[in-house]
Amino acid sequence: MSTSARTELKPAPSLPPRRSAMKWLLDAGLRRNMGLILALVLLAVLGTVTAGDRFADSNNVMTIVRLAAVTGVVSIGATFVITIAGIDLSVGAILALSAVWATTLSGQAFADSTSWIFMALTAMGVGAAAGLVNGILIAYGKVVSFITTLAMMAAARGLAEIISDKKTQIITVEPFLEAVGGNLFGLPVIVLVFILVAIGGWVLLNRTTFGRRTFAIGGNPEAARLAGIKVERHTMAIYALAGLCAGIGAFMLMARTTTGSATHGTGLELDVIAAVVIGGTLLTGGRGSIFGTVLGVLIFSTLTNIFALNNLSLSVQLVAKGAIIVIAVLIQRQLAARQSRT
Amino acid sequence: MSDDEATGTAPQGAHLLEMRGIEKRFPGIIALQDVSFEVSAGEVHCLLGQNGAGKSTLIKVLAGAHQPNEGQILLDGMEVGFSSPDDAIKAGIGTMYQELDLVESLTVAENIFLGHEKSRGGFSSRRAEQLEAARLLASLGHPEISPLLEAGALSAAGQQIVSMARALSREVRLIIMDEPSAVLDSEEVRNLFDTVRRLTASGVAVIYISHRLEEIRVIGDRITVLKDGRAVASNLPVSETPNVELIKLMTGRSITSVFPPVAAPAPDATEILAVTDLVVAPGHDPISFSVRAGEVLGLAGLVGSGRSEILGAIYGTTKPASGTVAIDGKRLRPGSTVSAVNAGMGLCPEERKSQALLLDDTLVANFTLASIGRYATAGFTSQRREYQASMEQVRNLELRPADPAREARTLSGGNQQKVVLGRWLSHGCRVLLLDEPSRGVDVGARSEIYNLIAGLSRAGIAIVVVSSELEEVLGLSHEVLVVSENRIVHRAPASELSEHQILDLVMEGTTL
Repeated sequence: MSTSARTELKPAPSLPPRRSAMKWLLDAGLRRNMGLILALVLLAVLGTVTAGDRFADSNNVMTIVRLAAVTGVVSIGATFVITIAGIDLSVGAILALSAVWATTLSGQAFADSTSWIFMALTAMGVGAAAGLVNGILIAYGKVVSFITTLAMMAAARGLAEIISDKKTQIITVEPFLEAVGGNLFGLPVIVLVFILVAIGGWVLLNRTTFGRRTFAIGGNPEAARLAGIKVERHTMAIYALAGLCAGIGAFMLMARTTTGSATHGTGLELDVIAAVVIGGTLLTGGRGSIFGTVLGVLIFSTLTNIFALNNLSLSVQLVAKGAIIVIAVLIQRQLAARQSRT
Repeated sequence: MSDDEATGTAPQGAHLLEMRGIEKRFPGIIALQDVSFEVSAGEVHCLLGQNGAGKSTLIKVLAGAHQPNEGQILLDGMEVGFSSPDDAIKAGIGTMYQELDLVESLTVAENIFLGHEKSRGGFSSRRAEQLEAARLLASLGHPEISPLLEAGALSAAGQQIVSMARALSREVRLIIMDEPSAVLDSEEVRNLFDTVRRLTASGVAVIYISHRLEEIRVIGDRITVLKDGRAVASNLPVSETPNVELIKLMTGRSITSVFPPVAAPAPDATEILAVTDLVVAPGHDPISFSVRAGEVLGLAGLVGSGRSEILGAIYGTTKPASGTVAIDGKRLRPGSTVSAVNAGMGLCPEERKSQALLLDDTLVANFTLASIGRYATAGFTSQRREYQASMEQVRNLELRPADPAREARTLSGGNQQKVVLGRWLSHGCRVLLLDEPSRGVDVGARSEIYNLIAGLSRAGIAIVVVSSELEEVLGLSHEVLVVSENRIVHRAPASELSEHQILDLVMEGTTL
């Protein structure tokens, strides 16, 4: 006797014509991130003016992207966390733990005798597991994300120090260094990984059911719950995803530095949060932009590069970084206010 | 308990849904107690009750958002237990909440399909969702709402339509509508009723919640009336129950005669609060009135009529579109609560716990919040003076227990309300705005609150009272403004008005 409540369907009123993905990117993607693109262009001009050809060189551009790759991958995961109004302070420590775990002597020996891929898988597995622990505590234990991940930040870093005995572990598995540290199709592999993770993250956030629910939970968790979404499980999955991204970042950094160390990723969490926030993802949740996060990461690594080329101290760089964060967020608020008025 | 033979116009048949002896407790309060009623397929069952009667809790129990402590829910005669909203949705129960249920940052189409997204292998089929959403909206008479618009950009009425489209986007057997007409105009209400009739004709049952008796007359089959968490009458046939009886059931008469006598303010009393051409929000009619020393002005009207918004604009929690508010002839800065408090205005808000009290703090901290500067020397507070002043308030207000060091959370609703009043008394205010002063206060403590209010007016404070309980407005006030759809539709001395007159005036706004 189940009856359908589907009301009689009338012919559909006209929707705006479907737009191609490329056109959408050019239209909405660029317009929404205009401030960030402008900032990046200004930085490029600044770089060219102050450092000339040393900056505007294809090798240097590749250096900038290589520099951005690790932070970038971790920031993609963090974009999801911040979109649900959470925060993850533990990504740097999880990266260190993953790197140390994947580069133990026995682990390297195993990878040597089988395949280098196991080192990457170990790093990703450890990262995802640590993220899952965060997720369980936050979603089911109802511990605030700030506190949970603060605790994980301390514990994971400590565990990394115990495992490595505070010594830097040199990677001797040549196939790993060749595969991840090398080039493919003329691009460094870690840059390719960054591009893949960014595209994957964009699709996941903007084109899947998972992403839709992520926005819903961030925008109005009660509404999401009443709509029948399993908010706890989803939240848990998102922190596991952030941990997985830290694990991916770990093997990328392992390849770049040819080491595994408990000091890897120190302070990374703040760079990540800064990049995500200037990228337009709201700390209050409900709005997130992968494209913005990528731009945010590129802005910071370009800045670092310009300062390095001009032999300016790290301290000056920190001051500039702080200023950029504040200015970017102020500009975005202005733009957002103007948009909502039209 | 249930009178099957007297189902009136309701179609006969097995009960689609039956609730038996539902009880829901929250820490400190019993929100629902022994509530029973039944709904048949194709029936419109109305739930009637004042604010705080437990309607929303009941809906949430049915929708799986709350789990009852006692009682059974039966679907087709089989007991079911909903441990989450997902379970209720899967059982074919759709819910249109009054608020909360749209994600403002998602588009209309995304909201409609939230929780049951159209997708292929996890990838959302956005185009299909948009087309289907457009069809649903068109069938509800609103083809002009674009599925691509963000839900937050819609008006309240638009959001309500989207909410309905969302309930209809699933296979439902029972739809719960929580005051769907509150934000709709009469044309839209007619559309809504057409939809309801179409649903019931196809065998879907509807639980319809509203304050407007006229609507219930038009659309309802049976009525269950809730009061103070209890079903005071279940499964009444609409056609055989006169309005007078319903109003009597809804309001009850338990608080009659507890109102202290209201002495008229002195004829030469000075005007204290002057509201001139206040336009609360763009498009509203300008409002003007004044309150003299010792006068109590009541704002009567239904929930959503704009009463609380008027208070908010006066106090400065929202910035009015235009117009002025003045105390003793001095104009306040619009939209500034600081300016209002400094001029001697105090507000006891509707949501005491979330908007007024520091629940985990002591009574001392709660009393002195607005006037902390007075107990400080060079920025350092004197705990001793704070405590002494608070002790004085505790005695004046006859707080129980008489201990200023207690946490506000541990007090009963009535005593908490006294604490909020005490805050403004220690601040020495001249104008007091009271929004639902007896909300969540039990009957015994109400008379104490009423006496306090009367005492304050005798002391020369100008008071504005807003309440959904018409009896309360009439019992406390000297002068009453009747508010409907953001307009003042009538003004008269309280002694010349009755509850029925006010209800008539309020209903006139709805052309049904």
